[in-house]
Amino acid sequence: MMGKGRAQAMGSRRAELPSRVDIAIIGGGIMGLSTAYHLSRISSLKVAVLERSYLVSGASGRNGGGLRMQWGDEGNVALMMESIEMCRGLAQELGINLWFRQGGYLFLARTEAGESRLTRNAELHHRLGAPTRLLSGAEALEIVPQLDVSDVRLAAFNPEDGVVFPWPFVWGYAGQAVSRGVTVRTHTAVDRIEGLADGLRLHLSTGERLDADRVLNATGAWSIELNRSLGIELPNHPHRHEIMSSEPLKPFLDPLVVDLATGLYFSQSTRGEIVAGITMPDEGPPATEVDLASSRRFLAHLGRALTTIMPLTAQLRVLRQWSGPYDVSPDGDAIVGPSPGLPRLYQVCGFTGHGFMMAPAVGKLLARLLAKGERHPMLERWDPARFSRGGSTRREDMIIG
Amino acid sequence: MPRRSFVCRCEDVTLLELDHAIELGLSEVEELKRYTGLGTGPCQGKECMSVLVSHLVRRGLVDPTTVQPFTARPPTEPVTLGALAAGLPAEPES
Repeated sequence: MMGKGRAQAMGSRRAELPSRVDIAIIGGGIMGLSTAYHLSRISSLKVAVLERSYLVSGASGRNGGGLRMQWGDEGNVALMMESIEMCRGLAQELGINLWFRQGGYLFLARTEAGESRLTRNAELHHRLGAPTRLLSGAEALEIVPQLDVSDVRLAAFNPEDGVVFPWPFVWGYAGQAVSRGVTVRTHTAVDRIEGLADGLRLHLSTGERLDADRVLNATGAWSIELNRSLGIELPNHPHRHEIMSSEPLKPFLDPLVVDLATGLYFSQSTRGEIVAGITMPDEGPPATEVDLASSRRFLAHLGRALTTIMPLTAQLRVLRQWSGPYDVSPDGDAIVGPSPGLPRLYQVCGFTGHGFMMAPAVGKLLARLLAKGERHPMLERWDPARFSRGGSTRREDMIIG
Repeated sequence: MPRRSFVCRCEDVTLLELDHAIELGLSEVEELKRYTGLGTGPCQGKECMSVLVSHLVRRGLVDPTTVQPFTARPPTEPVTLGALAAGLPAEPES
């Protein structure tokens, strides 16, 4: 499945850790590894990544692999235009097949509220240079002839949005980071963090210690646990999101389709599977811990929504279902930058289920911040201190799932 | 041995590709699944799991007394979305 030519050694439980690094990254998911990769490209900083399980064990190995520039907020549109642009050359850069396919995202609005969201977005996208166009239900049928568009009021299509297969993305960043001198140590958890006069000391589950000038918390939905042990109170929380994959079919579905009314999304991966998820009703109070259970209720709910909007999927067989954690930020914006009260500990969390698609751009901007002090415009609104200052504003209403 | 031996017939993973992944430092069932794609096709590992584990044992990479298969995902057998949709309970489960 993977290319053989330029693949590099991956992280390992046997990777030797130096006693001190400039930057220690906790979490071997796509955020941590993308940042490590970019740091190795633009600086000579000594970097180590610590993953408590195997690579791809967390949310980076559990998401649907969609990448879209169709957001409702200017900053997110611009960020995702950059991320998708980076993905065009990324397979070659990382030396691995990412199964990146730009089949577009097709949003369907079946309510008046949905219709006005798509209209507003299209104006914004046009102004920013994203090629989104509004379509009637009949025009949407030209892109996906199998849809039931009888109550679709308006659709929006952006041909440059797309899908990837998430696993090789993570392996690709890890392999390139290792080949450029980054230490990637798996199966090693951080038990405790101790403040030093000139840095932070990480006490590891293996009995080892690692000292670092600065530490990056890239553990996503697991970040809450680590932050709380340090007295850092941030308002993100884990949210269980279920997803499924079908038997592989011949390619027939170009775009990832989103039904705004139900929060249903589905796409066909380059491997042929239909990958689908949906917003679940009546989910109860916010969770405090990561929960990765799967439910029959999810498959039933998803089955009803998908077979309604695309009736031929009634014959489609589900091969497997699993779940992954969204790392939900209360205002929908990520939490990135120095921690309140502990500035040597940087956060890169709170991406609210959409971190994977943003990670190519975020890794790059974060590396520039850590290595050169350059501040990307998004860092202002992503400031972890905004919640305690009362500066939190909800700007985005296109969070799906 | 023939030039190409398939370990996973659903996803066309060959013995050579598996050995290549092992050379990169991967040795666990879960990570080898996620690097090679082995076990992610229609049989969901029912055919290839034992081949994989035998190979890892033969190469001395796992302990045969403790090695576990990768997490089994529901459903046990492929089920159509139509059948699943018909099973939606009237009241949400708690």
